[in-house]
Amino acid sequence: MILEGTAHVYGDNIDTDRIIAGKYTKTLNMQELADHVFEDLDPDFRVKLKNGDILVAGNNFGCGSSREQAPLALKKAGVSIVIARSFARIFYRNAINIGLPILEINDHTISDKDQLKVNLSTGVVENLTTSEGYHGSEMPLVMIDIINDGGLVKYLKKRGTYQLT
Amino acid sequence: MGQTLVEKIISTHASKVTYQNEITIVDVDAVMASDTTAPLTIKSFEEMGGSQVWDPSKVIFVIDHAAPAPNERIANLHSLMRDFARNQGIKLYDVGSGICHQLMVENGHVKPGQLVLGADSHTCTYGALGAFATGVGSTDLAAVLLTGKTWIKVPPTIKIQLNGTLQPGVSAKDLILFIVGHLGIDGATYKAVEFTGEAIEALSFDSRLTIANMAIEMGAKAGFVDTVGLELPYEFNHIHPDEDAIYETVYTFDVSKLEPQVSIPHSPDNVKPISEVEGKVIQQAFLGSCTNGRLEDLHEAAKILEGKTIHPEVRFMVAAASNEVYLRALQDGTAETLVRAGATFLPSGCGPCVGTHLGVPGNDEGIISSTNRNFRGRMGNRNSNVYLGSPATVAASALFGKITNPTKLLKEEVK
Repeated sequence: MILEGTAHVYGDNIDTDRIIAGKYTKTLNMQELADHVFEDLDPDFRVKLKNGDILVAGNNFGCGSSREQAPLALKKAGVSIVIARSFARIFYRNAINIGLPILEINDHTISDKDQLKVNLSTGVVENLTTSEGYHGSEMPLVMIDIINDGGLVKYLKKRGTYQLT
Repeated sequence: MGQTLVEKIISTHASKVTYQNEITIVDVDAVMASDTTAPLTIKSFEEMGGSQVWDPSKVIFVIDHAAPAPNERIANLHSLMRDFARNQGIKLYDVGSGICHQLMVENGHVKPGQLVLGADSHTCTYGALGAFATGVGSTDLAAVLLTGKTWIKVPPTIKIQLNGTLQPGVSAKDLILFIVGHLGIDGATYKAVEFTGEAIEALSFDSRLTIANMAIEMGAKAGFVDTVGLELPYEFNHIHPDEDAIYETVYTFDVSKLEPQVSIPHSPDNVKPISEVEGKVIQQAFLGSCTNGRLEDLHEAAKILEGKTIHPEVRFMVAAASNEVYLRALQDGTAETLVRAGATFLPSGCGPCVGTHLGVPGNDEGIISSTNRNFRGRMGNRNSNVYLGSPATVAASALFGKITNPTKLLKEEVK
């Protein structure tokens, strides 16, 4: 799958409280989550973000709570993929489980507003603005299977239980 | 080849010998979800085609994050949890019972050597009794409800050796804040942590829970606190790592000169010795949470506040970690001591810590809190400043209206 969009670049250690504050998490309405995503980090985020845009962060993105509302809010708001130098582990799993693509790239020089083209199958990112290329870290096969099936709900509907291929 | 604690426990649950970095499927002994995560878990479970959970006796729901319900929308989500629990025959702890992690331990839902998943990041708390316990999201948990299993990558382990004897007034919270400050907020990401040494062996069970609880604050998948000397109300086998277990890193600290520690806004790893923070004016003090809302913590605060009155410009709120803790604090006079000093008791739950309701601070206010996180906006207002400290530091600071070193008070009393 190829994703193309504008990068929105943020820093290190963006915690789940800043992705979606605890006070907004008590809902099953995904639009409400999306309406408040990144509110405490960047009040203009919802205005700037166009559907299909790419979120780029530094180290330890998604640290803190286990709340799956964090990746859900980003996905519903229109983020097509999150690229970070590293992810907090619960967020990493949650994103895959709900079908929000993520990519760990330790070394990149992406700037705000750069146009990116991501090949999800190879983990290769082309920076169309600077003509640079980056390569993401490999994922465990079970996670690739879950992404390819469209998230954990669809994975389990299809297979009934976990399979380690 | 020797095994770490996490390698041993995962091996038992995978029915084969495993070592770090292997990926395996494991049987899960128990799962827990709160009112932040259970509604999504129910939704995902139903979308997966689930009709009956794999083993109702192993599923626990707790209504604690916004309890009692602050509005009708949340009330309806609580109803959804109650209906599901009733229909499935699973245990639900309703409003006021207490905080999920305290209830899981207090009521024997988790035992040494078990593998437990909770849809809350502080599930790592149960590592204080030698269980492998880790936080997952709602959909991961729904998959366990369906299959009784999950997949897991066996984490490498960091060993933290704590030597020496703590000074009076310095507690487990100061120890773990010091370690989180040293390793950093991502210092143990994807890894397990084992805490050991004479400073750990001297700690009560309540204190060991505090240490394990904050392992997630350095990103750890699980935290294990040595069970040497630990007494539980039932027989259990102590599980120890093999002497030739392979660790990724070993840190050794002498903690005999450690002073109380305070985490300053807006990150739990932003830790300073209290001497560098003393005097910072606070308007609110909170004693409670899954980190420090246990009986021992209330006792520590009562020791400092006995016969005294808190500063007139401080709101001092206390929430026991469970109704059982609250009851004991009523029975032994601790609650009366705190209320006479000016404390307001809140229902046992998570509200103030996660900013869902109760005790939301005003703009520019300073808060000293016994909780585990001070991310921006954590207590419900992005324009407030949350400092984290031990129960003794919270009580001493409430007394003077500014961040205060509790060890000085204890020394004055000795004179």
